[in-house]
Amino acid sequence: MTTDTIGRFERSLAALEVTSEVVPASAASERIGTAVDDPAVGTALPFEGASLPDAVTAEPTPAELENAATGVTPASFAVAEHGTVAIASSERGDEPVSLYPDRHVAVVAGSDVVADLGDGFDRLLEGFSDGRESVVFATGRSATADMGGLVHGVHGPGEGHVVVLEDR
Amino acid sequence: MASDPSRGETAERLRHLLETEGEIVRPRASEDNARREAAYDELADLETLRTEARAIKEEAIERLPELIQTVRTAVEENGGTVYVADDAADANAYVADVVDVAEADGRSDHDRPSVVKSKSMTTEEIDLNDALEREGVDVYETDLGEWVIQVADESPSHIVGPAMHLSRERIAELLREEFDPDVEFETAADLTAFARDYLGERIREADVGITGANFVVADSGTITLVTNEGNARKCAVTPDTHVAVAGIEKLIPSMEDLEPFVNLIARSATGQPISQYVTMLTPPTPSPTLEFDGPDADEPITASDGESDREFHLVLLDNGRTAMREDDQLRETLYCIRCGACSNACVNFQSVGGHGFGGETYSGGIATGWEAGLHGQDAAAEFNDLCTGCTRCVDACPVEIDIPWINTVVRDRINRGKDPGTYDFLVDGLTPDAESGSGVPLDKRFFGNVGTVAKLASATAPLSNWLAGTGPVRALLERTIGIDRRRDLPVFQRQSLVDWFEANGGAEASRRRARVGTALEREAVLYPDVYTNYVDVARGKATVRTLEALGVPVSVPSLPESGRAALSQGMIATADRRASELYGELAADIDAGRDVVVIEPSDLAAFRREYERLLPEASFERLRSNSYEICEYVYGLLENGADVGALSTADGDEPIAYHSHCQQRTLDLEAPTTAVLERCGYTPETTGSECCGMAGSFGYKREYYDVSVDAGEQLAEELEGSERVVASGTSCSDQLETLLERPVPHPIEVLGPDR
Ligand code: SF4
Repeated sequence: MTTDTIGRFERSLAALEVTSEVVPASAASERIGTAVDDPAVGTALPFEGASLPDAVTAEPTPAELENAATGVTPASFAVAEHGTVAIASSERGDEPVSLYPDRHVAVVAGSDVVADLGDGFDRLLEGFSDGRESVVFATGRSATADMGGLVHGVHGPGEGHVVVLEDR
Repeated sequence: MASDPSRGETAERLRHLLETEGEIVRPRASEDNARREAAYDELADLETLRTEARAIKEEAIERLPELIQTVRTAVEENGGTVYVADDAADANAYVADVVDVAEADGRSDHDRPSVVKSKSMTTEEIDLNDALEREGVDVYETDLGEWVIQVADESPSHIVGPAMHLSRERIAELLREEFDPDVEFETAADLTAFARDYLGERIREADVGITGANFVVADSGTITLVTNEGNARKCAVTPDTHVAVAGIEKLIPSMEDLEPFVNLIARSATGQPISQYVTMLTPPTPSPTLEFDGPDADEPITASDGESDREFHLVLLDNGRTAMREDDQLRETLYCIRCGACSNACVNFQSVGGHGFGGETYSGGIATGWEAGLHGQDAAAEFNDLCTGCTRCVDACPVEIDIPWINTVVRDRINRGKDPGTYDFLVDGLTPDAESGSGVPLDKRFFGNVGTVAKLASATAPLSNWLAGTGPVRALLERTIGIDRRRDLPVFQRQSLVDWFEANGGAEASRRRARVGTALEREAVLYPDVYTNYVDVARGKATVRTLEALGVPVSVPSLPESGRAALSQGMIATADRRASELYGELAADIDAGRDVVVIEPSDLAAFRREYERLLPEASFERLRSNSYEICEYVYGLLENGADVGALSTADGDEPIAYHSHCQQRTLDLEAPTTAVLERCGYTPETTGSECCGMAGSFGYKREYYDVSVDAGEQLAEELEGSERVVASGTSCSDQLETLLERPVPHPIEVLGPDR
């Protein structure tokens, strides 16, 4: 995608108080290491040349998941318009890893950042026809206004960070 | 006829709600409404999206039996189960069975089976929690608002914000009483943290997760859940058994159909561009199940190697929906996506909240349709009259449901005290006298025929006014037809507008007078609505003078009532007859190329909206496209070369506060008035309140007087600082004159040339 789309994505994220950075795949591991709070758990990254740092426990146990401060997962794609990351359910546990810990770090390829919801739906439908049929559009931090004021971090993460891989 | 004590009781109950829950609901609902408006404004293609969403729902309901088959096949192919439940008991028994089996081969060692739930109005509708608890199941709501309601043992007061009526202090108190916690509850963050921990544990231990569904995609078997907290995702994927309970109306054909709804639902519900989590789940999902207890807690979550042992049940609830689908008037209710926008936009909802403006399960404007369809007409009867037909919800609804019309139809059916379903003839094939001897309450017939009353009162003025002002008469009016004695009554003029116009030479003389101005080659028929004709005659005279000064000759014939009054009482048969009579009388004028000019916005709204249901299509179209609101008409004349100098103009920046009329706003007719005021040298400020609360007869009624004044006060507060206030509707003027204690004329009275 164009730099502009990524710029728009970053601005949308900033408006949601989700931090972000654009890095080359080769720097991903190190940057993720800096972005996580310990203990961190994660699921494997499908991007060439990018992997989870050692400090992030891949294939966590439920106990590790429960105690983790950060969860790191890839995003199938992202929607610049809203600052949305699309997380597909998988056997590896992307869904719970992106949901349980209080901080979520999403890693997305720059070429997977699409402009708007319409393009996001195109990607979603492609995924559906390829059998990726459970996806969440996650936008910003978990929130509630039910307790008499706006609070972030309810059942889902209260903090977010997105790593965009500029060369993927 | 409603007996006096019951009016008194209703008044008392509503007064109590005004003082307790309404105080908390109003700022929250009106904020949500303002946010919704702003989020709608951001969408360049809003109307296209709404129309698209509506069309998808129409098609889905049309094809419903087929979609049920499709989803059954899809879910079963995925490895899940579909159960179509006829009614609440059927659904509850099925879910209880699923829980039973899940617990029997369950992983947890606690004594009682446990269920975690995410928010679902459908499970509220069937009282699932009570049913499961009777079977010995522990049920935990995990949406924070819903959980608070569960702890408080109350019912939701809003479709989207179930605890909207509870203050933070009250929530803290409730949780302290229930849990006696070690921590202090000072802030919303404290409360949320406590809830997160407590409910997190419940979710980790649960045998079964139950969710609702915002949409169910038939051809893939995908459940869409729209939430901000993340609890629905957790409930759906943590336990190894997931049950989704959804009304059959939640089915949409395919994934392509989802997009407009995702675009609209968060905007209409909370004013967000998109919700935090839009989950599209095609269960059973590949996500590993999570055992936080026991030996598996220390095995990697991926250990099962993709062999998910998940179980999924989709329970599709009928519970009256099939009958609603076959009911031409209630069918539209099934398009509702339960966003709550119609509640937030409603001035009376804002005043009393969903415990006043709601039935057994559902609340707000659309609740009338839901309750009548699912729980029966009586369930709707209690609150249906709180819908005044102001139509402010019409623009709010993302699927373009004509909510006021549903309220009108159900009111009509309630009036008749007969079963729904057998009354399709209400709209086509009405008998002229359907209201007489049909059990329509006396007060409704009084207000519904207010034109006859006004005619009589005018003919006997000032005696009628003097009489009506006396104590004994007020007491009698209150006792018989329920007119609250605190409300000022209209003062009837001895000479009606029609008589005045005739006394001044009629149409002939008007043609002469109009020749003085620029010739625009237009002629107008002024519709003398009941109030302009008998009460607010001054605004009628100002209109005649204005049009003549702008070069348009006028006629003011004596015309039948529009039927607006009857409609607001749910007397559709009477309204239908009036519409035909009126159209019959106006047809010749329209044929002759005359424009129909209307002062009272609610009558114009009848011509432009409700008549579509009452007149043949061609007649409706002709009347609609040839009738104009007075300021809209003046604007058009000025745009076409009429001389603004003929009007009473100000010096350029004279401030004036303008309250448009609720129905006028729905017709997008606020702008022409402000434009004309500007051209005449004023600086208009418009109001933000949705409705003045008077709403025709509503504010006169003893049971609603306090609710009406409450809404009026919100508006009056906005206007307090303005020296000069104008309003388009008679009701609005009456309400404001009482509350502001000064004259509130129609804009045309300010703009009309002095003579
Ligand atoms: S009727 Fe329309 S506005 Fe009201 S809840 Fe349903 S979808 Fe929302």
